[in-house]
Amino acid sequence: MMDAVRLYCRYVGVSVRAQMQYPASFVMMTIGMFAVTAVEFAWVWALFSRFGTLQGWALPEVALLYGMVHIAFAVAEAAARGFDIFHRQVRGGDFDRILVRPRSTVLQVIGMEFQLMRVGRLAQALLVLVWAVAALGVRLTLGRALLLVASILGGGFLFAGLFVLQATLSFWSVESLEMVNMATYGGVEAGQFPLSIYRPSFRNFFLFVIPLATVNYLPALAIAGKTDPLGFPVWLQWASPLIGILFFLMSLLVWQVGVRHYTSTGS
Amino acid sequence: MKPYLSVLRIRSLVLLQYRMAAFAGMCTQILFGWVRVMILEGFYTSSTALQPMSYAQAVTYIWLGQAMLRMLPWDGDLEIQAMIRKGDLAYELCRPLGLYEHWFARAIALRTAPTLIRALPVFAFAFFLLPGPYRMQPPPGWLEMGAWVLTSVGALLLSAAITNIINISMLWTISGEGVLRLLPALVLIFSGMIVPLPLLPEWSQAVLRFLPFSGLVDTPSRFYLGHLPVSQLPGYLGTQLAWTGLLVALGRWLLHRGMKRVVVQGG
Repeated sequence: MMDAVRLYCRYVGVSVRAQMQYPASFVMMTIGMFAVTAVEFAWVWALFSRFGTLQGWALPEVALLYGMVHIAFAVAEAAARGFDIFHRQVRGGDFDRILVRPRSTVLQVIGMEFQLMRVGRLAQALLVLVWAVAALGVRLTLGRALLLVASILGGGFLFAGLFVLQATLSFWSVESLEMVNMATYGGVEAGQFPLSIYRPSFRNFFLFVIPLATVNYLPALAIAGKTDPLGFPVWLQWASPLIGILFFLMSLLVWQVGVRHYTSTGS
Repeated sequence: MKPYLSVLRIRSLVLLQYRMAAFAGMCTQILFGWVRVMILEGFYTSSTALQPMSYAQAVTYIWLGQAMLRMLPWDGDLEIQAMIRKGDLAYELCRPLGLYEHWFARAIALRTAPTLIRALPVFAFAFFLLPGPYRMQPPPGWLEMGAWVLTSVGALLLSAAITNIINISMLWTISGEGVLRLLPALVLIFSGMIVPLPLLPEWSQAVLRFLPFSGLVDTPSRFYLGHLPVSQLPGYLGTQLAWTGLLVALGRWLLHRGMKRVVVQGG
């Protein structure tokens, strides 16, 4: 186990060094990414300055949701990028090489690339989150702080699970997999705002099919000290980040099935 | 003129072949449009103040943007990119065509054909299949319809001019990485794709009006809605065309400079 962790760190180190070969381009990209996401958030702010509230949610509360979902997504994108671009491996037949090595496929695929560029988005989301917590006006108890960290981690696992599922699909169809992409990016988009404003069918999708609300909306209620207009029990708000990790573990099971199904393209 | 029209026709026919990609893209656009409309509904029902744009208008604005999404200049021509990388650019230089005009014709095809196959189903969905409050509305009259068509053509030309600048920039950054990766985000943010521009603060309106990006989505959509009176058509169309002229001139100048230092690789 420790061995695997060490190997993963090696993979990350190699990838980071490769990306730092062009430091100027990296710095420019990161700053640019930061600026663009900052303007994106400015648009949310603009809507609040025009309308005042969003069905009982104030700007700091929505900023909390925004920060949580974007940090989780940035972390997953950076760390699980190997699964995001995995379909190229299948198309090129490169997965064969991974299969003959005496290491788990998950470890090798996830270590394929660590995308440093996401730092820009991460930094911006982190700033928004810090501001949100300061502006919320609730005391950040140890429990709440832990819940915040746990739900961001849970969110990271959830998005990583989506990337794994997307990669698994490419065992069956080598075409681009926009459908899963839709769930991922659509999830980020929808997760920036409280679940309660959506139609029931949408809400149920993000609760039961892709349980994004369990790492975002539900814990945010507990952190911001709000009562849930949808009426879910309070203990669920505290336990729900675990569902993100469960989702990831389940996606790994599906991945194993996919690996067994794999036939090389031979090219 | 005739050879460029044939380039336009042939490229359009090729691009119309990608039907699966069009289907996936269409689903994405419907999902994103629906999420945005629900968010706006949440905001509009939270405030009774009079807004610069009614809820029904904002809904139609969002759907117009989603339907015409592929017309936005957010990527370059992949084939031109490959040509530059492989050295096939040499062939391009042998053709008895102006290089800028040739690529411009390709850009027009790239921005029209995929839009045509996606816009119609998105319109059908937004007009007929959605529940009442999320539905798109027809323009108030034929005059507005005409103004929409004219400004859409203006948006197309503007978009092709920007696309061509992306193409030409590939002469410097072969991989298509770098700062230009931020362009799509800028286009999305400042064109009105994310939030209808009239909802942004008053002080920003003058700036947004004269940036090139508002000519891509905001101008046609507001003429369609009758939000801008038809009498203002010359001014807005003029802005679109002035930006197009400026960007065409810039593109030509860049191409001229790029061609002086171009090195053809490969044998």
